[in-house]
This record gives sequence, structure tokens and C-alpha cells, in this order.
Amino acid sequence: MKSVIAIAEKELKDGLRNRWLIAITLIFAVMASGLSWFGSASVGSIGFSSIANTITSLSSLNVFLLPLIALLLAYPAIVGEDEDGTLLLLLTYPLTKGELLLGKLIGQTSILSIATVIGFGSACLSILFFADYVETSELFSAFGLFIVSAILLGMVFICLSYVISSWVSEKSKAAGLALIVWFFFVLIYDMGLLGILVATEGQIQADVFPYLLLLNPTDIFRLINLVTFETNGTGLLSIASDQSFSVLGLLISMLIWIVLPFSLAYYRLLKRPI
Amino acid sequence: MSIIELKNISQNFDKLSVIESLNLNLEKGEVLGLFGHNGAGKTTTMKIILGLLEPSNGQVKVFGENPFHSDFSHHRYRIGFLPENVSFYQQLTGLEVLQFFAKLKKVSVSRCLDLLEKVGLSEASTRKVKTYSKGMKQRLGLAQAILTEPSLLLLDEPTVGLDPIAIQEFYTLVDNLKEKGCSIILCSHVLPGVEKHIDKVAILSKGQLAAYGSIKDLRNQTSLPTKINFSGCFNIDELTQKLNNPITSNDSGTFSLEIDNKDKLPVVKILLAQPGIQDLDTLPPSLEQLYYHFVITNQTSPPAIIKNISGQNDIPIVQPKTTKIRQGEKP
Repeated sequence: MKSVIAIAEKELKDGLRNRWLIAITLIFAVMASGLSWFGSASVGSIGFSSIANTITSLSSLNVFLLPLIALLLAYPAIVGEDEDGTLLLLLTYPLTKGELLLGKLIGQTSILSIATVIGFGSACLSILFFADYVETSELFSAFGLFIVSAILLGMVFICLSYVISSWVSEKSKAAGLALIVWFFFVLIYDMGLLGILVATEGQIQADVFPYLLLLNPTDIFRLINLVTFETNGTGLLSIASDQSFSVLGLLISMLIWIVLPFSLAYYRLLKRPI
Repeated sequence: MSIIELKNISQNFDKLSVIESLNLNLEKGEVLGLFGHNGAGKTTTMKIILGLLEPSNGQVKVFGENPFHSDFSHHRYRIGFLPENVSFYQQLTGLEVLQFFAKLKKVSVSRCLDLLEKVGLSEASTRKVKTYSKGMKQRLGLAQAILTEPSLLLLDEPTVGLDPIAIQEFYTLVDNLKEKGCSIILCSHVLPGVEKHIDKVAILSKGQLAAYGSIKDLRNQTSLPTKINFSGCFNIDELTQKLNNPITSNDSGTFSLEIDNKDKLPVVKILLAQPGIQDLDTLPPSLEQLYYHFVITNQTSPPAIIKNISGQNDIPIVQPKTTKIRQGEKP
């Protein structure tokens, strides 16, 4: 366990040193504050509108940004160590491949978590102090759930990066594949689903369709932040409105999305030629 | 019990055979020099010993156990390894990198400063590794390899990038570790200077053991001549007759002759008896000559290999030396 902590600590230090942490924190803080105060500018008002509006717009933006950041942060995890010669060296140490991967996950998740908590937390506090008529408990629970689900979403994409990173032999290939994964889950998947829905004129089994959303972690993330407000989602998410997903169920499916890619990455690392 | 025992090891990658029926033994406190051209299988051999590769055939035992097995992990505290190319973590300082490795080997963090001092990096310890030169990274790699006082040390090209003084310090370190009972495998292209510090030589060529044994054994296996250099004033013709050997006079005013190793003592006696003799040196076949000999004889088609070797930077020492001897020859 000590080795896991040593690896995690080193990853965190790396993140601090190459300024990933500060950059991500700033992006999140600016994004969250901007959206909470100017998010309703399109309907003609400036200032804080409602918690539901803020969280909804935050999650739709975050769904693009967070997976990208997580993928960029984590894609060199294994292939980068391999290119630097440190993977070879580390494996001669009393350290298993599982410990190495777990340490990396903990370290890089910490980077993402610190950035998320500080970035979005500061926006939450600014709403608390400067906005009128806000239910404090509602604000905290909404932002709390948002932050937790954002961290889980980040972990999903960190683990997907590990799969890529332990599979390929070159860093540049890993970077390219990471972008493809991002493109697929963030843009292509929903468009594809929508396309099928429109092409079949909704004839496709309506009770199966919402579950297809669970096959995309970014949709799960958006659902988590929707169901608490009992508002109907826009676009593709509206098909899930009839279905009653529980927050707990959604969080569990997110966890499955973390465990499965992590196991696959571990398997690929075991098979990886050194 | 041998520290390392390789029995009949073969390693194939797909259909390419990298190592063929290799047998090696390393006892406690022994230093083995592992030599060979690029692609001869040196690094693969090291990876097999380290348990990073499972050999296609044969048996490996390190500390009496199979290093590829997961139970081997507790022995890893006793193993030090310096890889050929390692750039470490660019964003961290030298001290931080070493402390990271120390934590993995459960070595107290305070030992790191001493080790950096030992390898001559104490002044650069707070600088980021990305500012380090090749030689400094090599020193850091060395510090990392001796974090725990290892029982087995594997060094892949340890002297690359080091300046002459650092190389000297490195060999002193090797000698000290050897005295403490550490078994060492030294893998190198650079042959001069290494002779004094190794007990055994293994020369790999195309994945096969071309020669294996102490330097003395290897000299006996070959009929390579011992060279004697001397200077002074003589009647060359008379001396040639006495010695029953052709004498070559060099441009620098010295003379040399090549003899069989067993004739060394009589020849030296004759030379010393000469009134005009001023200086005398005997040079038994050097490691690079032995290396060259074994690598060439191991090949079925020597001309192709000579071409191959001269195209690489593996043994730059060999080629110029032969030419020099030829230049010195007079009809």
C-alpha cells in the first residue's frame, strides 16, 4: 500500500509542477462563476437565476471539458513511462503492475478532485454570499452532487486513458486515440442515438432506449445532475424523462464505468511487452 | 548457491530467435562482464534475469527462485538495476526522484542525500532533472541502483556519458560493492578499463554465448599473441636471431614483437640481458582483442560481420588499433 501512496504522491507532485493543477482549477473557476452569473444572459437577464439553471448549464459545458482534460492528463500514464525508460525500471522494484496503475489513478484523480472542488466550490461560495434568496442546503446539495459526479466522470475518462496508454506503444498514438474517444462519447454517440430515434420515428422500443444512455458516461453525468431537479432535460436527455433513474443507480453505473476500463487497462498492462 | 543460474535459456520473439541455449552462472561477490554487439541479446538477458521477460525455454533462478514468479517480489529489495536509457521524471528534482524510488524500496529518505553526495550530484540535487546532462542522469541512475545495499546489481551501459574521473569513481564503487559481497553484471560496449574490475567475461554474439570464463581462461583458449614493446639501442639483426622472432620498429623509435604467451618469460630474459635496453612493456591480448577474436570466430561468414561491426559504434577501439599496427609494420 505504501508503494501505491508513493506513486500517487509523485503523480500529484508532477501535476503541481507542470501546472496542470492550477490551469484546470482556473478553468473550472472561471467557467463556473461565469455560468452562474451570466448563464441567463440569453434570456435577457444578468445575475444569478436559479440553482437548477446554473447546474444544468454547468453540466452541459462540463460534459465537453472535463473528459477532455481527464484524457489529456492521463494518456501518457503508461506509454510515457515506457518511453522514458522508467516503466522498465519501476517493474524491477518491489511493485506490482496493479499497484502502479492504482497509484496513478489515485494521484491523477486527486489532481482532478482538487481542481474540481476549488474551481466549482468557489463558484458555489460566491453564489452563497452574493446572490439573494438562495436556499443554502439546496445549493450545497446540488453543488455537492455536481462535484462528486464530476470527479467520477473524470475518473471514467482517466481509466479510459489508461486502457489506451497501456495498449499502444507510442505516445503520439495514445494522444490521437484519446481524442477519438473524447469525440465518440461527447459528440458522436448522442448524435447517433438521436439519428436512430429520428430515422425510426420513435418506433424503436421506448423502454429500452433510455438505457442506451447508460452506455455513455457523459450522459450518465448529465442525468445525475438533472434528476434531482425534476426538470425535463433538453434534446436527447428528454427521452429519459419518463424513465425514473435514481441518483444512486446512476452513481453505481458510473462506478461500473470506472471499474471496467480500469480492469481492462490492468489486463493490457499485464500483457504489455516490456 | 549461485546468485544467478541460467540453464539452457532461449528466447524467441515471434519467429525471431534472440537468445539461443544460454547458460550462465554468477556466484556471490562475482563481477561478470557481459559484452556483445547491438542486438546480441544483452538487454534481453538482463530482462530475463530481472523477471521482466519469461524465457521461451530453459530455467532461470535468481536467489534460487524464478524471478518471473510473483513470489519473487520480496527479493527485489536486494536487486539494483541501471537501465540503458532512462530519463526519469523531467519535472521533479534529482532529490525528489531519488526519494520517490527510496519510498518504493522502503529506504529511509535521509539516505538519499548521502547517495547523491556519493555520486557527485549534491550540488544539482535541487535542480529539475530536465536540466541534467546525460552523465548526470547516469549518476542519478546509479544512485537509484544502490539505494539498498544490493546483493545483485545489473548495470546496462553504466559508463556512457561519464567523464574519465567519474568512470574511475564508478569502478571504485563497483570494487567496493564487490568486496561487500554484491554480485554484479556489467553490460558494456566500452571495453578498455573494464578488465581489472571483472572476474568473468561472457561474450554474446547473435544470441549465443561466444565465450565465457575468466579473462585468463579466454586468453588460454585463443592463440592470440602477447605483444612486447621495448626501446633502446640494439643490433636488430642479431637480436632477431637470438629471439627467433621478427621485430617491428615503430615510427616513434620503439620496437615491438609478438610472441606466444608461453614464450613470454624466456624472451623477456633475453631482452633484459641486452645492455642497450631502456624500456620494456608486455601486453597480453587485451579484452578488446579477445572480444574481436571471439565475435569473429563465432560467425560463419566473417567478412559480412566485419563490415557489420565497422558500421556500428559498438567497438570503435578495435578498428583503429589494427590499422595502427599495420602502419607500424615495415617490410
